[in-house]
Amino acid sequence: MILIFIIMAVITLTPFISIFLASLRPGKELMRQGLGLNFDTSVMSFNNYAYLFSGQTDYFTWYKNSVVITAVQTVLTLFVSAFVSYGFAMYDFKFKNLLFTCVLFIMMIPMEIIMLPLFQLIIRIRLIDTIWGVILPFVAGPLPIFFFRQFLSGIPKDFVDAGRVDGCTEYGIFFRIIMPQMKPAFAAMGIFVGMNSWNNFLWPMIVLNSKHKLTLPIGLNALITPYGNNYDVLLAGAVFSVIPVIILFLLFQKYFIAGMTAGGVKG
Amino acid sequence: MKLKNWIKSLPYSQKIAPYVFISPFIIVFLLFFIYPVISTVIMSFQKVVPGQTTFVGLDNFKNLLNNDFKKAVTNNLIYTVTTIAVVIPVPLLLAVCLNSGKMRGKNFFRAVLFLPSLVSIVVAGFTFRLIFGELPTALLNSIISHLGIKPIKWLGGPAQWTTFFALLTLCCWRWTGVNVVYYLSGLSNIPNELYEAADIDGAGSMQKLRYITIPLLRPVTVYILTISIYGGMAMFLESYMLFNGNRSPGGAGLTIIGYLYRLGWEQANIGYGSAIGLTLLIFTLGINIIMLKYAGLFKKGE
Repeated sequence: MILIFIIMAVITLTPFISIFLASLRPGKELMRQGLGLNFDTSVMSFNNYAYLFSGQTDYFTWYKNSVVITAVQTVLTLFVSAFVSYGFAMYDFKFKNLLFTCVLFIMMIPMEIIMLPLFQLIIRIRLIDTIWGVILPFVAGPLPIFFFRQFLSGIPKDFVDAGRVDGCTEYGIFFRIIMPQMKPAFAAMGIFVGMNSWNNFLWPMIVLNSKHKLTLPIGLNALITPYGNNYDVLLAGAVFSVIPVIILFLLFQKYFIAGMTAGGVKG
Repeated sequence: MKLKNWIKSLPYSQKIAPYVFISPFIIVFLLFFIYPVISTVIMSFQKVVPGQTTFVGLDNFKNLLNNDFKKAVTNNLIYTVTTIAVVIPVPLLLAVCLNSGKMRGKNFFRAVLFLPSLVSIVVAGFTFRLIFGELPTALLNSIISHLGIKPIKWLGGPAQWTTFFALLTLCCWRWTGVNVVYYLSGLSNIPNELYEAADIDGAGSMQKLRYITIPLLRPVTVYILTISIYGGMAMFLESYMLFNGNRSPGGAGLTIIGYLYRLGWEQANIGYGSAIGLTLLIFTLGINIIMLKYAGLFKKGE
């Protein structure tokens, strides 16, 4: 049985290994030979990485943009979604079920279906080519709202009542009493939103068009040409965009697995 | 003065506060979701040319009855069915094996299988495009050459199955680990007493799998099935990256969203693009409602 898993692990890791090996060789060779598992150390070097870090390319501009968008989007989405989910979890009000059905409804619709009118809207409200155009349409994320609401339903309402007795305002209760208790949920959802943001490709590509505003996936995609003249940067850049994520994953595996599978079984 | 104070204190009242809390959602929902959906519906009955928009009735939908769209729908359907046939049973069995207690290195294998889901589709698609390259020295062709098989033009080659094989491999590579984790968390919820009782009744491990494990994992299976149908019908970037753009020879990698993208963006035929979007919208919604109704996920969420 363990043999099956070793084979599975090898197959799973092969693409990682082969792209890493390719990044140690001149990009031209990739064009000539295709991606293989060539362990010939005599042709390997870190030249591609040296070139990448020499700052002659736009790579680190994209990197910086990706870091900024991921950070802003994650913080903002978590905050807004937690705020909204608190309303759903702790109060009874008119149309609550109808509105919560709307949350579920968004979860079921692939975003690509509405991207044409959404794009026209983003142009009209002048968010085109800004990071707000990338972030704002998704700031009240249906899955984070859903997940946080589930989490909050496990927190006794006595906390809220106690806060009221002590003279906290409704918002004070959320900020001072409830939010500090949501840390594990924030960790899981932070990874979910952050990963999606870091790897997001289609919508940012539609919204952003200035060269200095592109994010990593868009920039890397632009380097993929039939001529392969940029493959030195592409290969090293692709590897270097994945490595931080893998390191974070190895450090915070538990949270990653909780976050990336948060949509699934709720118990 | 009294009125001013009253208005000031209004958001702090327990009656109004919930609406303040959910207001960001309502704004985002109306502006960035309902509005685009409504304009999709309206535009799907229009011919939209910059400067002039004309009502064309059902013409856009009649236009859908062409070979490209049929090809796209067929591609998505084949992709959806084949991926579901792999990414449900295989992760289920893997999770059962990993969970069996006899297995060593459970966390290691789980982590390794999970790694691909962290990679962006751009990098993953590019890597798989090279692995499935048509050169004899490309990874897969060099492997099959050891088995005495001639190099194959995998992507958009003469035989359709090679393209699907590449798409299927990419999909399985990315999602097997995630689904294993889903099943592992489902397995941890099955009470051990059930297996002990089965042991007393003399059930074998196959019987336990069939009569206890699989039925009790049904909610997980239904969930994975739902997201797989959703993902399968909306699949676009996988094909886009494998073919380095939205053009593939003979439409081998054409998908519904890809077709929408081609018409809406590349040909600026927004009315027609909207008709495609609306069709897919109704389809995914229908599937989801059926799934939720049968699985009772609504009740579970409450």
